[in-house]
Amino acid sequence: MATFKDKLPSIDPRGFVLPALLLLVWQGITAAGWVDTRIIVAPSAVLAAGWNWINSGLALESIGASLFRDASGFTLGAAAGITIGLLLGTSKLANTFFGPTFHTLKHISIFAWIPLLSAFFGRDDLAKIVFIAFATLYPVALATIEGVRAIAASQLEVAKVYGFTPRQALFRLILPAASPQIISGLHLGLIFAWLATMGAEFLLASTGEGLGMTVIRGRAAFRVDLIIFGMLIIGAFGMLLNELATRAESRLLHWRGHAR
Amino acid sequence: MSTTHSLEKPLTLEPAGNFLPALGFPDLGKAAVHLKRIGVGIVFPLFLLYLWQVATERVWLPPQLLPAPAFVWETLLDMLGSGELATHLLASLQRVAWSILIGGSIGLAIGFAMGLSKTAKAYLYPSFSLFSQFPVIAWSPLMIIFFGIDEALKISTITVAVIVPFAVATYKGIENVPVKLMEVGRIYQFSFTQTLWRIALPAALPAVLGGVRQGCMQAWLALVFVELLASSEGLGYLLVYARNLMQLDVVMVCMATIGLVGLLFDFALAFVEHRFSNWAPKGR
Repeated sequence: MATFKDKLPSIDPRGFVLPALLLLVWQGITAAGWVDTRIIVAPSAVLAAGWNWINSGLALESIGASLFRDASGFTLGAAAGITIGLLLGTSKLANTFFGPTFHTLKHISIFAWIPLLSAFFGRDDLAKIVFIAFATLYPVALATIEGVRAIAASQLEVAKVYGFTPRQALFRLILPAASPQIISGLHLGLIFAWLATMGAEFLLASTGEGLGMTVIRGRAAFRVDLIIFGMLIIGAFGMLLNELATRAESRLLHWRGHAR
Repeated sequence: MSTTHSLEKPLTLEPAGNFLPALGFPDLGKAAVHLKRIGVGIVFPLFLLYLWQVATERVWLPPQLLPAPAFVWETLLDMLGSGELATHLLASLQRVAWSILIGGSIGLAIGFAMGLSKTAKAYLYPSFSLFSQFPVIAWSPLMIIFFGIDEALKISTITVAVIVPFAVATYKGIENVPVKLMEVGRIYQFSFTQTLWRIALPAALPAVLGGVRQGCMQAWLALVFVELLASSEGLGYLLVYARNLMQLDVVMVCMATIGLVGLLFDFALAFVEHRFSNWAPKGR
């Protein structure tokens, strides 16, 4: 994935034509009054609604609540995912016993867990965080398994020759060697976690604050301006997290350099 | 690198590998190994089932939260017998099929346009990459406003989910068509349609099929989400409905069905992808 810096020098003005046209038509038809402005809200109205929302202080509260859920779920899910991945990747016994179950359960579409989770954990933060952790777990675990299995036999032999204890093997060989895959799994997990945060807030809309809940309540109140602004914020945060993860990934893996 | 199983040697907790031949048993080939693996793999689910049974017998959790396995099984048979499950499954599959048809066509068109024409890429690519960063989930409230909560909502939401993987895979596939093949086409003065049908399409097919697989999985994911959000039939609807009545047996049956369909999709598409993965000319 290209970083921001790579994209900078090659900005082609033709890329702006389509978005500009869209904005123009959008503003044009609403200003001319050709459409029901309750359904198709003018871009300026969206900005105004967003400005009010931010000024009221509610925006900060909502975004904070969502990011808190996202971070808690991601941390739990990532920890569980790496643990499961290491277990299934390193131990043949664990893989034969738990592997089939693990790989079968992954086919259940992630959102299908929400009704069951809500029966067990209610509709509040706990259920949402468990769900987000669940959504993060799979990509991280699968990437960790892949990373551990890709370790070269020669490296394992060196560890064997030096008589590494399992603990040494884990921290000096397996984790560093599998780190590229684990980190890209974490990157994917971060994207999934944000998706899951929004999904959980839409489907388990309860009292309390959250970006997704603001949007879904905006729908109930027919506040299209707020919905569109919320969507933009959701998308922007998704992109921001992605960008941060991309940068962290290249920085964390910098040490690998040209070792091979 | 064929180091898939290399790690087990120094770290296994048990003697590694299949030691049957060493003991002089006739080697039944891979079938025996597979059978053995499946046999061991089923132990853990059986153990879970046993645990579940014990938990319901001793009422560790209220029966509303944890229905007995036998009861869930009965519910499954009931729902199969009455055709309830089939009706909802069919409704869901129909939505997915329509969306894949519509979204797939749009995605392929965008992918081909961006892959074949530099001008189209210059106009479309920035908007498309921005669009692809917005999760489908974020679109859904806006779509409810535009399309109501009827069929149009589901199909449009799933369609949006399908477009991106189709378009990305097609675009990448065509971009990676060996330059030599394109040059041959130019030497033979192929027309645009000839280039498309004889070079670009066959060479990009494996990548496109990868996109088809991705798109179908995304469609299934989006379907469950949108049916949970607002629906009056379909598996997701049944899930929410049963959950609201606290019929967790029905919830479990639905989850199993959703998992099974996802599994079948994945296997079928992986098979197709595998069949076609080796036919592309490499241009070397």
